[in-house]
Amino acid sequence: MSSEFRTCPKSGLVFHRSAERLIKANAVAAVIFLAVGGTLGLLVALTRWPAVQLLNAQHFYTVLTGHGVVLLLVWILFFEIALLYFCSSVLLRCRIATPRMGWLAFALMIIGAAITAIAILQGGSSVMMTSYVPMPAEPNFYLGLILFAVGALIGTFIFFGTLVIARDEKTYEGSIPLVTFGALTAAIIAVFTIACGAIILIPTWLWSIGYISDIDPLMYRLIWWGLGHSSQQINVAAHVAVWYAIAAIVFGAKPMSEKVSRGAFFLYILFISIASAHHLLGDPGLSSEWKIFNTSYAMYLAVLASLVHGLTVPGSIEVAQRTKGHNKGLFEWLRKAPWGNPVFAGMFLSLVGFGFIGGISGVVMGAEQINFLIHNTIYVPGHFHGTVALGTTLAFMAMSLWLVPVLFRRELFMPRLAQWQPWLFGVGTALQAFFMMGAGTLGVSRRHWDIAFTGSVFEWAYPGMAYTMMALNGVSAIMAVTGGMIFVVVIVGTVLFGKRSGEAPGWSPQRPAMLRGPAEVLTGHGSIGVKGFPAPGTFVLAGFLMLIFVVYYFINYGYLASVWKFS
Amino acid sequence: MTAIHPPARRVWWKQPVDRVELVWIAIALVWCLIMFFFMPFWHVYGDQNYSGEAYRVNPDQFVEKVNAFVAEYTVRTETDRNIPVVRPPAGSDVYLLARLWQWHPVLELEKGQTYRLRVSSADWQHGLSIQPINLNFQVLPGYEMVINITPTEAGEYAVVCNEYCGIMHHTMLGKLYVVDPAEDV
Repeated sequence: MSSEFRTCPKSGLVFHRSAERLIKANAVAAVIFLAVGGTLGLLVALTRWPAVQLLNAQHFYTVLTGHGVVLLLVWILFFEIALLYFCSSVLLRCRIATPRMGWLAFALMIIGAAITAIAILQGGSSVMMTSYVPMPAEPNFYLGLILFAVGALIGTFIFFGTLVIARDEKTYEGSIPLVTFGALTAAIIAVFTIACGAIILIPTWLWSIGYISDIDPLMYRLIWWGLGHSSQQINVAAHVAVWYAIAAIVFGAKPMSEKVSRGAFFLYILFISIASAHHLLGDPGLSSEWKIFNTSYAMYLAVLASLVHGLTVPGSIEVAQRTKGHNKGLFEWLRKAPWGNPVFAGMFLSLVGFGFIGGISGVVMGAEQINFLIHNTIYVPGHFHGTVALGTTLAFMAMSLWLVPVLFRRELFMPRLAQWQPWLFGVGTALQAFFMMGAGTLGVSRRHWDIAFTGSVFEWAYPGMAYTMMALNGVSAIMAVTGGMIFVVVIVGTVLFGKRSGEAPGWSPQRPAMLRGPAEVLTGHGSIGVKGFPAPGTFVLAGFLMLIFVVYYFINYGYLASVWKFS
Repeated sequence: MTAIHPPARRVWWKQPVDRVELVWIAIALVWCLIMFFFMPFWHVYGDQNYSGEAYRVNPDQFVEKVNAFVAEYTVRTETDRNIPVVRPPAGSDVYLLARLWQWHPVLELEKGQTYRLRVSSADWQHGLSIQPINLNFQVLPGYEMVINITPTEAGEYAVVCNEYCGIMHHTMLGKLYVVDPAEDV
């Protein structure tokens, strides 16, 4: 097997030839599915805009199912497989383990995604991404997902295998980099997630073809959400790793402390996977003890981890900026940041949006009793557009705008247009999240074709503000999808038409030099910062987040206290 | 070194931690513990909790129980489809059936009285969403959920289905009346 490497003259990264091909294939597949899923999302938002109501009910539920499956599973997992290969093979200067299995994984994921997509498009599987039993989908809907998951699992094990090879062949010195550590966290959560998916989807597939007579709906929900929620926790670990990576690439930022950042990732591994309970707080029969322990990730220890990253990622950027001389006042480091660079702008908007919108709303609605005010309202998609679209997807877009030119050795296509990309997408999805959450607090349901209940025996009118919010959500979606389309154009343009940068790659069979950590021993951050705090600006921003968090939490309990009593 | 390089010390867990991080971890941990203990606190001091009471039930048997309940306590019918409005005695067991695509029957409850509301589905999963107060529960076939509910305000409420249940999901709308016995002669 050929083991050839090239060194990127710009970034200094070392690419293994087989790994590079696999990363390219998975990243390109990811972007294509992002384009498909984003288009479906626009159709969803335009249908839920009451004055527009673009699609009929049948098409709406088909498109909504497709939007969920394609974006929440397919786009995200293809990108994450590319990211896992990058964080192992490229960052550790190591040949990738079993590249042929990598192509098998890729083929399974493509075939699986295609089978499920066709099943959805045929119209007989408009069961939503969650496919709650006993509402049946076509057998191929489940079969495609199973094949896709098997492919993703193989990709995850190639990542583990590459880590073993890197250690065995001593391609790096000391411990793995923090970003690889974050990717390892994501990969461990992925194994749990995919196992849950297999445990529930394989019997459901057998049920759909008649081999099993009955699937318990509550058990289905418990295990399915081990897939559905945990897959979004893979995203959290992965996009936090991407934040650290971009801070390192753009600023040369050092983690404030390896111990704290890695400890926070470790908390994710221990606690984040039990959050399937978030979806069962309004379900019959489960005890409050079980709900409280699981919905809070033990004692909110995974939330603690995210709060820590929320400080240490911008904190590391602040320290790097202050060390470079932007040391005045609280926020000079932030003002002088490269806001015109879409890689940084996307990463920072992702960080802020994930914390302030996705994070706070998620924890508050995951409180056992507050959930009764939120469950199955459009507040829920509002929340997860704040986490998955604004947090994960925007972070992955920012990473791609840096990675794709490096990977394909081309210059970024239409760089001026690319500058607008994170702002349109980030602000658009943030507004969407905000308006959906607003409509949800007014009672508007998720997954609902017509909030006017046309054709019903009874009548009910939501407040006018709910209609306004759903319209504004549609407008915001147009903005977000414009940003998404610019991303696709820029990436596809770079791959196909981007100006060649640098020489032809000098593929060499020689093993690259060992990756070494720095010789210096950290002693602190010198004289930067204020009163012994090296990152005072970040600390103030984090304090602001905490203030909003606390106030919003108690506002919700305050409202809850005013509604009907129940026990 | 940066996050894409190996850490400066192989034994990275011995690296000193910045004060800014320690202070933040302490603040965040305190808030996490407050949120954690606030949920059991609300079970003791709050009035909005679901106990978890539920029973396995055969959907057909549940439908029979609902029909018997409707036959016993119907006080009038509404709309040209003669949908029964049921007024059970204060404090009694009250049945609500979710099925494609209706809530059956229409309930009429008294303000300030506590009822044992028993909800289940005859077919697929549904979502019980009482508007405009925006209280939401999941309704599963095979599980009879018992919620001890006390309406605190008289008025006309909508019962929306907020779990997707097929093509006519958007028409699955029921009603619920809460009457004030003082005004109700």
